[in-house]
Amino acid sequence: MMENALETENLNARDYLIIVIAEQRFGIPVLQVEDVLRQQAITKIPLAAPEIAGSLNLRGRIVTAIDVRKRLGIETNKSAKPPMSVVVEHDHELYSLIIDDVGDVITLDNDGIEKNPGTLDPIWRDISVGIYQMKDELLVIMDVSKLLDAMNA
Amino acid sequence: MDDLIVEFLTETNESLDELDLDLVNLEQNPNDKDLLGKIFRLMHTIKGTCGFLSLPRLEKVAHHAENVLGRFRDGDLEVTAEYVTLIFESIDCIKFIVAEIEEQGSEPEGDDSVLIAKLDAAYEGKSLGDDESAAIDDASAAVEAAPAEERTPDIKADTKDDAAEKVTGDNNAQKKSSVPGEVSLEELEAAFAAAEGPADIINPADLQKQEAAPPPPLPAKEEPVAAKKENNKADAKQQSAHGGGTAAQTLRVNVDVLENLMTMVSELVLTRNQLLQILRVNNDSDFSAPLQRLNHVVSDLQEGVMKTRMQPIGNAWSKLPRIIRDLSIELNKKIDLEMHGAETELDRQVLEMIKDPLTHMVRNSGDHGIEGPADRLAAGKPETGRIILEAFHEGGHIIIKISDDGKGLSLDKIKAKIIANGLASADELEEMSTQQIQQFIFKAGFSTAEKVTSVSGRGVGMDVVRNNIEKIGGYIELKSVEGKGSTFIIKIPLTLAIVSALIVEASGERFAIPQLSVRELVMISLQGDNRIEHIKGSPVFRLRNRLLPLISLSDILGLSSEKVLDKIVQQEHQEAMPAEPVAKDVETENPGNAQKAAEDDAKAEPKKSLNGLSAKKKAEAHKNLYIVIAQVGGYEFGIIVDRVFDTEEIVVKPVPKILKNLSLFSGNTILGDGSVIMILDPNGIANTMGEIETTERADHMAEVAAHKSDTSKKTALLLFQVGNQAPKAVPLSLVARLENVDMKSVEYSSGKMMVQYRGTLMPLIPFDSSVKIDTEDDKPVLVFAEQGQSMGLIVDKIVDIMEERVDVQLASNQSGLLGSAIINGKATDVVDVTYFLEKVDSSWFKDHNDSPFGSSMDKNGLSASRAKRRVLLVDDSPFFRNMLTPMLSVAGYEVTTAESPKDALLLCENGLEFDVIISDIEMPEMDGFEFAQRIRADGRWGNIPLLALSSHATPQDIDRGREAGFNGYVAKFDKETLLSTLSKTLFS
Repeated sequence: MMENALETENLNARDYLIIVIAEQRFGIPVLQVEDVLRQQAITKIPLAAPEIAGSLNLRGRIVTAIDVRKRLGIETNKSAKPPMSVVVEHDHELYSLIIDDVGDVITLDNDGIEKNPGTLDPIWRDISVGIYQMKDELLVIMDVSKLLDAMNA
Repeated sequence: MDDLIVEFLTETNESLDELDLDLVNLEQNPNDKDLLGKIFRLMHTIKGTCGFLSLPRLEKVAHHAENVLGRFRDGDLEVTAEYVTLIFESIDCIKFIVAEIEEQGSEPEGDDSVLIAKLDAAYEGKSLGDDESAAIDDASAAVEAAPAEERTPDIKADTKDDAAEKVTGDNNAQKKSSVPGEVSLEELEAAFAAAEGPADIINPADLQKQEAAPPPPLPAKEEPVAAKKENNKADAKQQSAHGGGTAAQTLRVNVDVLENLMTMVSELVLTRNQLLQILRVNNDSDFSAPLQRLNHVVSDLQEGVMKTRMQPIGNAWSKLPRIIRDLSIELNKKIDLEMHGAETELDRQVLEMIKDPLTHMVRNSGDHGIEGPADRLAAGKPETGRIILEAFHEGGHIIIKISDDGKGLSLDKIKAKIIANGLASADELEEMSTQQIQQFIFKAGFSTAEKVTSVSGRGVGMDVVRNNIEKIGGYIELKSVEGKGSTFIIKIPLTLAIVSALIVEASGERFAIPQLSVRELVMISLQGDNRIEHIKGSPVFRLRNRLLPLISLSDILGLSSEKVLDKIVQQEHQEAMPAEPVAKDVETENPGNAQKAAEDDAKAEPKKSLNGLSAKKKAEAHKNLYIVIAQVGGYEFGIIVDRVFDTEEIVVKPVPKILKNLSLFSGNTILGDGSVIMILDPNGIANTMGEIETTERADHMAEVAAHKSDTSKKTALLLFQVGNQAPKAVPLSLVARLENVDMKSVEYSSGKMMVQYRGTLMPLIPFDSSVKIDTEDDKPVLVFAEQGQSMGLIVDKIVDIMEERVDVQLASNQSGLLGSAIINGKATDVVDVTYFLEKVDSSWFKDHNDSPFGSSMDKNGLSASRAKRRVLLVDDSPFFRNMLTPMLSVAGYEVTTAESPKDALLLCENGLEFDVIISDIEMPEMDGFEFAQRIRADGRWGNIPLLALSSHATPQDIDRGREAGFNGYVAKFDKETLLSTLSKTLFS
């Protein structure tokens, strides 16, 4: 009985990792997250798109680092706090998303995610699945594959 | 797909591939019972398994073919040429169905009743008749044409044609479909759909016209005849009885498993490199012994896993005899295909990549190269044309040669085509060498075939071939003489997974350049002889009288805001004023001065500096620049970098998709220190420089491919200077590295000079007493290394590297010198490296005192040997070959070298004659003993004296050598004994 109840609950609820970029909170599905890193030595890749920060070595695997601020059209971080990275897998390749900070993992009911407001910045609208209303602030649910796919084009 | 089906497909494909080779023999030898038996068994197996797996169409064809083959096998029926074609057709049909199953997962729909009727007729012993056999040919052509046919309507649709033209397109297809064949209805329908679809979208206005035109008649579907299930179980049993006969020495392993294993080994290699890097930093660690062991084990493991991926190149060739056979029938030519070195192994991945280019090129040779019999006779050639395919290893590479004795490339036709396609003007062509014009065949959209045959000229040209080969880091060269034939030479790396690469730095970032394309490194200074010059702003560099275009790595990668090359020009102007020496490497006598100059510069620079480079960096930047001379195909160019580090074995990892558009990188990797580094693609870099034209050196590879060296060939020599004496020369191939050693770091141990070098002690000796070693200066040192040992020879100055013919004219009495030769227009001493090696450590040459034969010979024997006697030297070590060749040629012998007994035997087959053969004993594949036995057994070289050369010379070895047929046995480094034994052997 208990198990059944849990399963039905899980169908609608998913775990999200909260990341912070320029004071804005984003949620990414926790299952897509491979790793959370502190600042890393990054090898620059000449001639690559500006939002590609470079590549780094994560335990023997080469990971492409993405400057999410640049990708989202936010100016570079001027705070003294070193950036964090969230490593995600997309299309069998690893990407490290450089962000400002990492928050908690929360469980959200998918029904609670609302459509993007029409006035949202087009770049953001593109990468956002929807907005979740938390008690004190709003959470943008990020579509990681869209964030990365647009750059492949 | 069902596992069983997958297994069945793999097995069937393998057997079919194998058959391809045999089938050509069948034609020459139609009543070969073994062969017929083999085909019969295959058909039988297919039939049996098909019933089991319920593949009725395939089963039916196989069944009827089996019936006929059974009669052939039993000798009831004579195999005629007509029947051979029928067998071919059945196999083609089976191949087609199998390929479809592989792709679709199920049998294609279709009807084989015509083929089956013919098989049945053959079974009853009826002749197929002329008409019918023509139909058979068509039918088999239709099978092959199937993919082409699909393409035809596609192309048509693209070219915005109108309805009328489309109808002809449809008619074509219809005509084909009316030919009884194996093209499935589905395929045809798909082809029709493709023809209509896109055009409709492009031009909806045409729709009406389209409707007015007669609708494309669809061929009536025929019901596939229900399969009769007969005795399936019994067959399956029988089959398993067949299969169980041979106990398997091999395991079928899924490729994915191997790939995975390789990836893991690659990771292990990386980790090993990292550990070794750590070890280098902390020299005495408890870990050093186990790490060394790990190092060896990993190396062995890497080699082992690489081996599992190795496949003989013959796998890529197996289809060629059949292709040539079909081609010769279709084009009415007589062609022989010879294949040598089919057992040469290379990485599976590489093999896959070159399969198609190779097939294409052989087809080309047959189609465009070889003339028809009448033309050949008229040209005074034998009626039958020859295509020779060769493969062999050389260094870490595989060389594949495809040569034909056909008509060669027609310059006039190429020229006409170049002009017609607007690739160059007639005036420009006037200026070009034959070589350059021939290179045009590698350009996109170039095909000299006058008419498009079904064989070649389908728009897939040599440009695609070249691209494919360059994609895997190889290159292709062409030699063609009109009227005589053409030769294509392909050089490709053995494996793609792990390559050796040179690590360079530009603007503070490190990059890897695959060693394969690096020809040499040049350090330049702004003053002095070798400097960068400019022709209207384009930098060039004079390298041994050749002009090389230059590019700066920082510039092409957009790493610096200011163009490095511009900076160089500016600096050159600035520095032209003061006459102070700037470059430290040129100026060795006044070290303080140079240092000061650099410092002065550094102080002066910041004010001028615009882009905020640190003063020190800037001073460094113009003190030393390095040029990496890279070669892509026949094209050489220089890449300017700031620094050059070591070479490193790197594991090439593909770049993420996100970076795929960057053509300058071929991959990335992780270095020993854990950092990620991009791997540069020399092809991509060359492309940024615009048009790649060939240089006259393009036939360099052909020389390499001849893999035979004698003294008349040029040798790369390193020239250096000691004191004020004449320049000295040593074969470059003997020199492992050039180092600048700080004389302060030289230590003395048991009276010998040593320097700590790469974690070991390296003995050092000055070239002679005129070399000042008590200075506080860097001295250039030539490092010689062999089998883990190394030594350094201190000289005063490295002068240059030259390619010269070494013709020692005066033998020298001075120890350490072989003699004098004219090199670069100057009398130059040729150095005897052995002398120095011995001087450092006599144990370098093991068993030096053990000279079982001929040690009592007096030196007078030498003079007698001055008549040019031909010596064949067989040794797998390039070090010894390079060392002994000049030594023997000085002694008056004409030396030919072979790097393995196999090569030597090849020379024997080619009818070369020698007066004496010197062979190493320890060699891979075939050792000296076996080599001697082979020579003695073979008539041609049976009586040539044979000397063994070995570092092991125990009495047992000597006895064994005698038994194998050696006349003498010389310790490897015993120069005197070798020479005296040689002359004794020759003149006794």
